Amino acid sequence: MVTMINQTETVVREILSTVTDPEIPVLTIEDMGIIREINIHGKSVKVIITPTYSGCPAMDHIATDIKTALKNAGYEPEVISILSPPWSSLWISENGRKKMEAYGIAAPLDATADKKALIGGQKIVKCTRCSSTNTRLISQFGSTACKALFQCNDCLEPFDYFKCI
Amino acid sequence: MKEQLHQYLLLLADNPLILGHRLSELCGHGPNLETDIALTNISLDLFGQVRNYLQYAAEVQSEGKTEDDLAFLRYEHEYRNVVLAEQPNRDFAWVIARQFFFDAYHLSLLEQLGNSNDTQIAAIANKSIKEVKYHHHFSSEWVKRLGDGTVESHQKMQDAINHFWPYAGELFEETNIEKEMKELGIGADLKLVQTNFKAFTNDVILQANLKIPEINWAHSGGKKGVHSEHLGFILAELQYMQRAYPNMAW
Repeated sequence: MVTMINQTETVVREILSTVTDPEIPVLTIEDMGIIREINIHGKSVKVIITPTYSGCPAMDHIATDIKTALKNAGYEPEVISILSPPWSSLWISENGRKKMEAYGIAAPLDATADKKALIGGQKIVKCTRCSSTNTRLISQFGSTACKALFQCNDCLEPFDYFKCI
Repeated sequence: MKEQLHQYLLLLADNPLILGHRLSELCGHGPNLETDIALTNISLDLFGQVRNYLQYAAEVQSEGKTEDDLAFLRYEHEYRNVVLAEQPNRDFAWVIARQFFFDAYHLSLLEQLGNSNDTQIAAIANKSIKEVKYHHHFSSEWVKRLGDGTVESHQKMQDAINHFWPYAGELFEETNIEKEMKELGIGADLKLVQTNFKAFTNDVILQANLKIPEINWAHSGGKKGVHSEHLGFILAELQYMQRAYPNMAW
């Protein structure tokens, strides 16, 4: 019985690994660390997720995509969003950080370094194109709620930095 | 108790709702691209927080209403936002001064609500505070840049600080609902919020080479539903779709 449940959970996790963040399509919701819990009872699957930012418009899409993916595989899905504990950028997986960098978004630093980069003006955020740390903050708010805008002083590439929250 | 909690949630939701709407008016009209995007990002964060409060308020009320009913279908006197939140975007110094006072209040309010006895309010506050720290930093930096900038930017920032100073007082005026919620350990103690607010704002105002206004009277009314002339115009736009097409959904 235990093995059966584990098998189902593996299958469900595989299905969920096909659901991606619509704003950063290279990242799956698993990479983002927004899946908090999965409860399986027979065919009914309850997925508990947590939003990255309160106003993130991608969350509604993600909930719909989870339901569609599970329904297509013959499950009866339910998606619940919880706020506590609040999502942290530390929950992004190592694999997720690598994919993010390859996609052209600098991965979040830890809280102290993030403060130094965004508030103290220290040059520690690496350019995603040439890897130089000779970069500057253009704006603390970028193309989506979760990103700040940087520019490289060496190769002049403008790029996004995923903020630490 | 249920009714009081519902009313308290409206008090918490209406400030970010109305201020968020004001900021959204700047979409495509910011002084430059980066500030435009920053102000609309702040607006988006505030709307997200409003949704959390209003979903909970609708659940507590348990009359079958939704967050949209509460956001879009109340009358003017039923909105509980402070008069500060509805003031217009006259110029960039005004936008920044209004935001600066609100953010300093918001940050110290959320610090307290994070320890609320009500687990959902605590969860919303602990989520929101991560976002509001960025807002507070943004508005503080602009107060400093403008205040410590050119003769003209200094004058405009000082005028805006003087103008909004009397609007900040209402944030700390305790209504009966807030008193009751404070005593139950659900709501914030506005006296403590005010102490932290003063520490935050005085420090930045002095760093910005600006003067702390010597004004000791305050506007009032919004929390009791008595608003300035501006709220009606905001609601005309905010509520238009729900009034014209009842129950419409995106």
